[in-house]
Amino acid sequence: MARKSSRDRMTNEINAGAMADIAFLLLIFFLVTTTIVEDRGILVRLPPWSDEEPDITQLNERNVFSILVNAQNQLLVRGEPARVPDLRDRAKEFIMNPMDDPTLSESPQRAIISLRNDRGTNYETYLEIYNEIMGAYNELRDEFSLQRFGSTYDNLDLEQRRVVREEIPMIISEAEPTEFGEEG
Amino acid sequence: MSRFRKKRGKSSPAIQTASLPDIIFMLLFFFMVVTVLRDAEIIVQVTTPEATELTSLERKSLVNYIYIGRPVQRYQHIYGTSPRIQLGDAIREPHDIRFFIEEHRLRVPENQIPAITTSLRVDGQVTMGIVTDVKTELRKVEQYKVNYSARPRID
Repeated sequence: MARKSSRDRMTNEINAGAMADIAFLLLIFFLVTTTIVEDRGILVRLPPWSDEEPDITQLNERNVFSILVNAQNQLLVRGEPARVPDLRDRAKEFIMNPMDDPTLSESPQRAIISLRNDRGTNYETYLEIYNEIMGAYNELRDEFSLQRFGSTYDNLDLEQRRVVREEIPMIISEAEPTEFGEEG
Repeated sequence: MSRFRKKRGKSSPAIQTASLPDIIFMLLFFFMVVTVLRDAEIIVQVTTPEATELTSLERKSLVNYIYIGRPVQRYQHIYGTSPRIQLGDAIREPHDIRFFIEEHRLRVPENQIPAITTSLRVDGQVTMGIVTDVKTELRKVEQYKVNYSARPRID
């Protein structure tokens, strides 16, 4: 009789008070282990590998916007020293060529940005330059999208984006780097 | 009254639960201290450069990370001070990238393989030589989708 009543008490009193704590524990554990930090960066598409150097000599010189960077992180744009902050505007002018300048590109479809760095160039400088070129193209595409579709490139649907991409293709050619300033 | 007294006499008293939260919190802190996030085992120091034209990577399972930078102080007696490549949680050579990418491809459904992105987390002060070697290796294994990891520029 006494034993039976004690067993009743045992089954009736499952303590649920700690369940909340366990739940919180799990919750916090997952909160801690999940990395919320999103990774952002400049998304590029590398060209396929081929052993022979591409021949760019037959290209019309006016269609090539050549950028050379040396191991001291100095720029040579179309044969003249330049600074990174000017790069975006110069690239935009070169790609669109609004004044029909015979030294700038014939049309955006033919414009080629040629980038060549040294093995001793700082990655930071390289990315800065890449960022400016991407910025130039993004701005041009936005301007074109606004003109044609009345909305920025990000808000267009896939078909409209394709039209914009065909009108202003992003052609960036990267030559094998020179080897003057490789660090030891 | 007599009934109440009888119960108290026969069965053990209710377990004290007041200290349970403390125990749980102790466990929590234990795990917080002990858990090592795989991604966070950093051997090379990476401070990514700043940029403005950023895209964010969405599918984490389709992203693999290659770190390039100088080894942190703790590992300098093993790996030296010149820039090195870190794959997963170990220092590797450029020719190991092939296996690293192939191994990731095995873990991904076949139709999603073209969507695999390699995130290059490269220190800003590293020179392009080692970065070019990595890019060349990636091109050789047909891993063309690459993300140059960067921080948003705050003007």
